[in-house]
Amino acid sequence: MTTPLETTEPAAAQAAAGAGDERPAWRGTLRYALAKAGGALFSIAMVIVGTFFLFRLLPGDPVRNMAQGRNMTPAQLDLERHRLGLDKSLIQQFFDFVGDTLRLDLGMSYEYKRPVLDLIGERLGPTLLLAGTGLVIAVSLGIWQGTRAGWRHGSRFDRFSTATSLLLWSVPTFWLGLLLMMVFGVGVGPIPGIFPFRGIESVDAPDGFAYVLDVASHMVLPCLTLVAVVYAQYLLVMRSSLVEEISQDYVTVARAKGLRDDEVRRRHAVPNALLPTVTLVFMRIGFVVGGAVTVETIYTWPGLGQLFYEAVSVPDFTLMQGTFMLITVAVIVMNTLADVAYHILDPRVRSA
Amino acid sequence: MTEQAQEGRVTEHDEATRPVSLLELDDVSVTYRIASGEVPAVRGVSLTLDSGAALGVAGESGSGKSTLAMALLRLLPRDARVGGRILLDGEDVLAMKWGRMRAVRWAEASIVFQGAQHGLNPVRRIGDQIAEPLLVHGLAKPDAARKRVAELLDQVGLPAWRARSYPHELSGGQRQRVMIAMALACSPRLIIADEPTTALDVMVQAQVLSLIKELIAEHGISLIMISHDLSVLADVCDRLAVMYAGRVVEHGPSAEVFHKAEHPYSRALAAAFPTVGDPVSRMAPKGLGGDPPDPMQLPGGCSFHPRCPVALDECSTLDVQLWPAGPARAAACVHVRPTAPSDPEQDVEAKKEEESS
Repeated sequence: MTTPLETTEPAAAQAAAGAGDERPAWRGTLRYALAKAGGALFSIAMVIVGTFFLFRLLPGDPVRNMAQGRNMTPAQLDLERHRLGLDKSLIQQFFDFVGDTLRLDLGMSYEYKRPVLDLIGERLGPTLLLAGTGLVIAVSLGIWQGTRAGWRHGSRFDRFSTATSLLLWSVPTFWLGLLLMMVFGVGVGPIPGIFPFRGIESVDAPDGFAYVLDVASHMVLPCLTLVAVVYAQYLLVMRSSLVEEISQDYVTVARAKGLRDDEVRRRHAVPNALLPTVTLVFMRIGFVVGGAVTVETIYTWPGLGQLFYEAVSVPDFTLMQGTFMLITVAVIVMNTLADVAYHILDPRVRSA
Repeated sequence: MTEQAQEGRVTEHDEATRPVSLLELDDVSVTYRIASGEVPAVRGVSLTLDSGAALGVAGESGSGKSTLAMALLRLLPRDARVGGRILLDGEDVLAMKWGRMRAVRWAEASIVFQGAQHGLNPVRRIGDQIAEPLLVHGLAKPDAARKRVAELLDQVGLPAWRARSYPHELSGGQRQRVMIAMALACSPRLIIADEPTTALDVMVQAQVLSLIKELIAEHGISLIMISHDLSVLADVCDRLAVMYAGRVVEHGPSAEVFHKAEHPYSRALAAAFPTVGDPVSRMAPKGLGGDPPDPMQLPGGCSFHPRCPVALDECSTLDVQLWPAGPARAAACVHVRPTAPSDPEQDVEAKKEEESS
C-alpha cells in the first residue's frame, strides 16, 4: 500500500538526488576541506605579517637590551645592529623576514647564538610528551566524569565531581604546582618526597626501559598539575551537552524501542553529546604545542613553554617571534582540522 | 464512597471485563516528586481499549495526557511514581521485571512521537533507526532488517532510498512518516501516538492522519492517540476520553463527545477549533478563559469549577465522579448526575442523605 508523497516534492527529483547520494557527499567534504585549508593559509600569512610588525612595534632597542650592563662603544653597537640586519630599512627588513620565514629560517637567537629552529626542535619533543600526555589524560578523565555526571545529573556523583573539578579549575596553576611539589616532591615533615620534580630525567639516567621509567616518574607531578587545572572544561562541556541530549525525544524513543539503559547511552546520547567536545579537544591540541608555560617553568621541564618564558625574560626577540609563530600556526592548523572533523562527524553541518 | 460513584464504576467495570480488551487501565495515578513536594499529574484514570479499536485522549497542556501515555510503557523519569494497574494483554505492566518490560516495549506496543521535532536521532540514518528495534528484539538479521525497512518505507509512502537519508534532509511530514514506519517495524498490537500531527501544516496533517487510519485498519492495530485537538481525534478514533487536571472528565463515542459533549470542558475544547469553511466560527472561535490549575494546588470539589461557565455553588465542594451519560458514555459533571435536581440546595441535602445511608 502506498500513500501519495507530499505533492510539493516530485519523486523524480528525489530519485535523482538520491542516486548519486554517496559521491557528492564525499566530494563535498573534500571541497570543504580545501576551502578551509585555503582560509587557514591566509590566516597563517596574516600571522607572519602581524608578527613582524608586532615585534617591531615593541618599545626598546634590542641591541641596547642585549648590551645591558656591558660596556659597549657606539661603534660596537652599530656593528651588532649590522650583524642582525637592523640597520636596513623597515621594508627591506620585512621582505628579508618573510623570505627567511618561508624558508623556515627563523633567525638566530640573541641569547643562545643558535638558530631558533634548532632550539624549537630540541624543545618540541619534551613539550609534546608532557602536554600531549596531559591532554589525553585530561580529556579522558573529563569526558568519563562528564558522561557519568550528565547521565545522572543531580546525583551525588554529579555534584561531587563537578564541584571538585571546578575547585581545581579555579586554583592558580603555579600555586597547585608548588603545593604538589612540596608535598610529593620535597616531602612534608618526616614523610619524604616520592617523585622527582626537576627536569625530564635524572642526572645519572640509566639506559633502556629503566630510562623510560625515569622519565615517567619525572612526568608525574607536572602532568598531575596540568590535568588537575584543565580537565574541568571537558567535564563541563560533556556534562552540559549530555544533559541537553537526554532531554530530547529521540532518547525516549530509544528507550521505548527496548534498548537497555547503557545501550541508549552508548549508541545514542553519548555520541551526539561528544560532538561539541570534538571542537574543544582539537583547539586544545593546538595549544599543546605551546606547552604549559607555568608548569614547565615550575618543574624546569625543558620544553617550549620554558623556552618561551626565557625568551620573554631576556627579552630575546627572534626566539619570541619563532615560538609565537609556531604556536599560532599550530592553533590555526588544529582549528581547521576541527572544522573538517566536525564536517565528517555531523551530517547536519555537512548539508549546511 | 457514594452510591452514585459505585454506579459510575459499575458502568465502567462492565466495559473493562469484556474479554477482547487489549489494554486496561485501572485507577492509574502518576505523581512526580519534586523538591517542593508532590505533583499529582494523573489522578485515578480508568480506561479500556479493545483490540483493534482507537481511543483518543484529549486535553490541554498539563492535563496529564502525555504523562499517562508515557506511563503505559514505564518511560517516565525516575521521580515519577505510578500507581494503580496497567494491564496490557492481561499482563500488569507495572509489575513486570525490567527484562520483560524491555521485551514488551516496541514489540507489543510502540510509540509515535512528534517526529517533526526531535523524535529522530539527528546524526543517524533513518534506515538504521527504523531497523534498530528489529535488531534489538532479535526479530531480523541485518539483511532481512534492510528489506523490512524498504517495505516499511513503502507502506508510509516513502521511496526505499530514503533509508540512507538523515532526518534533517526530510520535511516535517516525511519525518512523521518515518516515525510511523518505525512504530510499525515490529508489528506491534498497540501504537501510542503522542501528538503525531502537532507542528505539521494542515495539508500534511491530513495526509498523516489518513495514513495512520489506513495502517491501523489494515494491520488491525489498536491505537491510543493523544492530542489537544479534539477534531483530529474525532476524525481518527472510535472513542474519546477528555482529560482535565489529571482526570478523565468525559468519555464516550467520538462523534457524540465531539458534537454533543456533556462536560462543559469538552464543549469548550471542541469549540476552540474553528470549523473549516464556516466563516462565523472562524471569525469568533470560542476559547476558554483562564489557565489549567496548578497540580499542587488543585481547587476543591470539581477541579474545573473556577473556569466553568455553568458551575453551581456546590461544585466547589462536590466530589464529582464519572457518572453515566447515555449509552457507553460517562461524564464527571454535576449536570449529568443521575438524580441531578434543578435546585442546588436540594442537591446537597440529597447527597447528605446518601452518605448517611
